[in-house]
Amino acid sequence: MSDKNILVELHKAGFKQNNKWLVEGVSLKVEKGKIVTLIGPNGSGKSTTAKIALGIYKNIEGTVEKYTNKIGYVPQKISIDWTLPLRVYDFMLLTEDISDEAIDEALALTGVTHLKDKNLGNLSGGEFQRVLIARAISKKPELLVLDEPVQGVDYTGEIALYELIKKISDTLNCGILLISHDLHTVMTATDHVVCLNGHVCCSGSPMDVAKNNEYKTLFGEQASQILSVYEHKHDHVHSDEGQIKKN
Amino acid sequence: MTMFIQTKVKLRKINMLDDFFVRALIAGIGVALVTGPLGCFVVWRRLSYFGDTLSHSALLGVTMAYSFELNIALSVFIISSVIALVLIQLQKKTNLPGDALLGLLAHSSLAVGLVVIGFLTFIRFDIMGLLFGDILAVTTTDIFIIWTGGAIILLVLKLIWKPLFASTVNYELAEAEGLNPDRAKAIFTILMAAVIAISIKMVGLLLITGMLIIPAAMARNISDSPQKMVLFSVIGGLLSVILGLFSSLEFNTASGPSIIMAALVLFILSLLNIKQSIKLKN
Repeated sequence: MSDKNILVELHKAGFKQNNKWLVEGVSLKVEKGKIVTLIGPNGSGKSTTAKIALGIYKNIEGTVEKYTNKIGYVPQKISIDWTLPLRVYDFMLLTEDISDEAIDEALALTGVTHLKDKNLGNLSGGEFQRVLIARAISKKPELLVLDEPVQGVDYTGEIALYELIKKISDTLNCGILLISHDLHTVMTATDHVVCLNGHVCCSGSPMDVAKNNEYKTLFGEQASQILSVYEHKHDHVHSDEGQIKKN
Repeated sequence: MTMFIQTKVKLRKINMLDDFFVRALIAGIGVALVTGPLGCFVVWRRLSYFGDTLSHSALLGVTMAYSFELNIALSVFIISSVIALVLIQLQKKTNLPGDALLGLLAHSSLAVGLVVIGFLTFIRFDIMGLLFGDILAVTTTDIFIIWTGGAIILLVLKLIWKPLFASTVNYELAEAEGLNPDRAKAIFTILMAAVIAISIKMVGLLLITGMLIIPAAMARNISDSPQKMVLFSVIGGLLSVILGLFSSLEFNTASGPSIIMAALVLFILSLLNIKQSIKLKN
């Protein structure tokens, strides 16, 4: 993989707030067309790592190199004040002037076309998440950073949205940095997993991480279940050339 | 450039009319055109107390103008900008909450201003005019300052609109997607100082924040998009100025309070509207 494909690279990056490390020593890179997923328990520094990669935190340890400015971001938490009258349509144009067609297309992809003229304050949690994802992908970004993008979305919607995310990574050839607590999704739709717990406790392909002992201690029972699902579903591996090899 | 020519044309007309009331009206309309959009950001970003602090410090600016024979608007602009910078520094240095720092700056700059006035015995001050505005005091120079200053303020606001608005909705989103919200915020702070500088003669330093907030608050009640809110805020401000000035002339009241009262009446009317729209929704 040549360096041209790297969109953002963190090297031993960390961030300290009020003399407490939120996360430290994180090295990772996101490349074009690849999905990198951050997993870890609450407070393990997943969102912080994403914000370091995005350049939101300024005084960081280590280095972060960003090679693109075309970025779409779905933050974990966003609240719209009542004082701001904001329709979905206005929100879609927030950081970049995009065409009406691009807006309609993105809203249709996440299944919220009918909400275009609704006020943001009147949306349900799941609807709002769909709008957030639509806004981020409508810009056709090179790097997509998704922080728990499907929180509050119903189960069937969740699966559809993850399929959409995978599709976007393929069609736009954009790199995706995904934060998810849904281990099942992580294990099936990711190229690279970084398991965080204040630091990187393990990283690699989903399979490698699933086998890792530190990962098992962190996620316990659930992890081994997911692992069994994963192993059950996949009785083969792909070689570098794309051929299927039976285990 | 065209703005500049327009202003010149207007100035000539005023000279022909040579009427204090027409001068006041033109000045007031200029002020309302600027406070409308800026006021929306003051409401959205919860900056009303910040606006108060800057306008209180304007008294110090006025005394500086008299002491060093500067233009009042320029002097107020400089002092307000300095106060804004001091505030930013204080926020970094102490852990005091923002409103305490704002109160500290507002009242100490007001106090210093009043003390300095005491020393300037050689000038007769119209304190009431300073605090509450005075339509009689509006000169053609003031009109020139209001309209050129106002045009510059609106132009700059248009230039920083995208990053400023995006960061008002969500700072991290704006920062992540490369809009540089910190720069937009700094520029907006200077615009706030500038709008206070140009409107102090019209509304008076105690009531400028009202001119920023009340039309914007009125507009919020009847708008469903940011653009509409800005538009209604401007219209509300213009109506307040016109109604306020006419009643000020009619009842011989100070111009500032009359304008703010007109704005209040419009706000109350907009509340009636919101009740109806809630009923319609249900």
